[in-house]
Amino acid sequence: MTLFPFAGAAVTDHTALTMFLSFVAATLIITYFSARRSSGASAYFAAGRRITGWQNGLAVAGDYMSAASFLGIAGMIAMNGYDGFLYSVGFLVAYLTVLFIVAEPLRNAGKYTMADVLAYRLSPRPVRAAASLSTLTVSIFYMIAQMVGAGVLVRQLIPGVGYEVAVVGVGVLMVVYVVFGGMLATTWVQIIKAVLLMSGSAFLTVLVLREYQFDIGKFFSSLSAISSTGPNGEKIVRDFLTPGLIFKNPWDQISLGMALLFGTAGLPHILIRFYTVPDAKTARASVVWAMIIIGLFYIMTTCFGFGAASLMGPDYVQAHGGTNMAAPELARKLGGEIFFAFISAVAFATILAVVAGLTISASTSFAHDFFTNVIHYGKEHKPGAEVRVARITAFVVGAAAIVIAIILGPGVNVAFLVGLAFAVAASANLPVLVFSIFWKRFNTSGAVAGLYAGLISSIVLILLSPDLMKEHAIFPLKNPALISIPIGFIAAILGTLLSKEVTSEAKFTELQVRANTGLGAEKASEH
Amino acid sequence: MKDLTPPSHGNGERIPAWDAIARDADFKALVTRKLKLVVPATVFFVVYYFALPVGVGWYPDFMKQKVWGDANIAYLFALSQFFMAWVLAFIYVTAAAGWDRSERALLAKFGFTPEH
Repeated sequence: MTLFPFAGAAVTDHTALTMFLSFVAATLIITYFSARRSSGASAYFAAGRRITGWQNGLAVAGDYMSAASFLGIAGMIAMNGYDGFLYSVGFLVAYLTVLFIVAEPLRNAGKYTMADVLAYRLSPRPVRAAASLSTLTVSIFYMIAQMVGAGVLVRQLIPGVGYEVAVVGVGVLMVVYVVFGGMLATTWVQIIKAVLLMSGSAFLTVLVLREYQFDIGKFFSSLSAISSTGPNGEKIVRDFLTPGLIFKNPWDQISLGMALLFGTAGLPHILIRFYTVPDAKTARASVVWAMIIIGLFYIMTTCFGFGAASLMGPDYVQAHGGTNMAAPELARKLGGEIFFAFISAVAFATILAVVAGLTISASTSFAHDFFTNVIHYGKEHKPGAEVRVARITAFVVGAAAIVIAIILGPGVNVAFLVGLAFAVAASANLPVLVFSIFWKRFNTSGAVAGLYAGLISSIVLILLSPDLMKEHAIFPLKNPALISIPIGFIAAILGTLLSKEVTSEAKFTELQVRANTGLGAEKASEH
Repeated sequence: MKDLTPPSHGNGERIPAWDAIARDADFKALVTRKLKLVVPATVFFVVYYFALPVGVGWYPDFMKQKVWGDANIAYLFALSQFFMAWVLAFIYVTAAAGWDRSERALLAKFGFTPEH
C-alpha cells in the first residue's frame, strides 16, 4: 500500500463493485422466479404465508440490521468506546416486546398490515386511515435516512460511484424487487443479506480476537487506555470501557431507550413479516430466531468496534473516512483489500435490503389500508386491484424517495429521521396496538386520538429538538419518546373515555378468541 | 400427535361460536396462564433494561468499578442484557409449548381440529 497506493485502490474498486453486483444479480434472479410464482394478493403481500420460522427469523433480522447499526455503532464504539454499546442493548431487548405482546395476536387476527388488528373491532375507515398515515410516515422517514446514508457511503465504499448514481441505483433496485417480486422476493433479499452480514461480521470478529490470541482479558486490557487527539490538538488517554464518553444527559438515554424498547414492536416493516409464516407458532419461533441472530450481531459489532479502537485508534479512524468507515477500514487492515471489498459490498447490500423492506411495508399499507379499506369500504372493486395499487405505490414511493434524497443531498444529517421513525412507532402504533388487543372498552375515538396524538407529538417534538434547532432547542431531548409515548397512551385512553361510542362486545370476544387460539387465522396458501 | 381430520373440509368453513369458547373455563384458564407469565416477565425486562441507562447516567462511579480483569460493571451489565433477553425468550417459548397443547385440547372440544 505504501509503494503502490493507486494499484491498491484500483483492486478495491473492482472487487467491491463486482461483489456487490453479484449480490444484485442473485437478488434479481430471485425476483424473476418470485414474479413467475406469485399470483394473488396473499402471495404478493405475504409470500403465500409459506416462509419457515428460521427463514423469517433471518428476514426479520435482515430488515432490522441497518447500515446505521452495522457501520454506525461500530464507528461510535471505535471513536468513543462503551456508550455506542448502549444502542445495541436496546435494539435487542426490544424484541421481547415483539415476542410477548405483538407477534402472535398479530398473526392470528390480521391479514396483511398492522391496521388489520387495530381496525378489527373498531370502525375501520378512520382507524385505517390514521394507521396508514403513521405507517407511511415511519416507512418514508426511515427510507430517506437510509437512501441518504447509501449515497454517502457508496462514495467511500465503492469509489467511482457518485451520490446521485448510488441513490438512483438503490431506488430503482428496491422498486424492482417490490413491484415484480412482492413479499417473496423481498423476504429472500433480506435472508441473503442477513447471511452475508452475519458471515462478514463473524469473520471480522475472529480476525480481531486473533490479534489477542483469543484472550478476552488481554483484549479488554488493551481498551483501558486508548490514546487519541483531543479537540484542541492535545493528547488524551481514555478508558474505552467507561460509560459517559459520548452521552452526557442521562434523560437522552432513557428517552432513546423507550423509543427502541416500545418502537420496535410498532415498526410496520417488521410487523408485516409475521404474516409471511403459516401460523402464530411459526411467528413465535421466527422472533426467537431473529433474537439469536440480532443478539449475536450486536455482540460482534461491539467486538469489532472495540477492535477498531484498540488496533487502529480513534485518530486513525478519523483520518481514514471517519466514524462510518471504522468497520470497513478494520477489515482492510486485518483481512486485506478483498475483505475490505467484501465488507463494503455487504454494507451496501444491507442498505438495499432495508429500503426494499420499507418500500413493501409502505405500499402494502397504502393499497390494503387506504385504497381497499378506506376508499372502497373493504371491498375489492376489481379483482387484482389491490396488488396493482401496491405496485404503483411502490413505484411512486421509490421515485419520491429518490427525488427527496437527491434534493437533501449528501451533507444533511439524517440520523434524527431514524430516531423519529422509532418514536412514531412507539408513540402512535404501540399504544393503539396494545389497547386493541387487551382493553375491552377501547373504541374508535381512542384509536384515532392515540394514533394522531402519538404521530403529531413525535414530529413536533423532533422539530423543536436540538437535532434541528441546535442551541436554541425548545425541547431538550434528542428523542421525543419520553414525552410522546405517554402522550400517545393518554390520548388513546382519554379518546376512549370521553366518547359515548359503545364498542361491540361480541367483536372483542371474537378478537380475544382469535388472538389466543389462532382459530380462523389466515391460512398458508396451497403449493 | 394424532393425525386429525378437520370437521368441515373444503369451502364451507364453519363460523366458530366465539362466545361459547370465550366463556369456556379452559379458555379463561389459558388466557390467565399466558398473562401470569407475560405480565411479570414484561415488568422484569423493562426494569432490568432501564436499570442500565439509569445506572450509567446517574451512578457512573458504581458502574465504573472493575470486577473481572479490566471489565467493569457497566460492560458486564450491558452484556448481561443480551443473555437476559435470550433466557426470557427461552422461558416464554417453553411455556408457550404448553399453551399450544391446551389450545389444541380446547379447540378439539369445540370440534375444531388443526390441519396437519
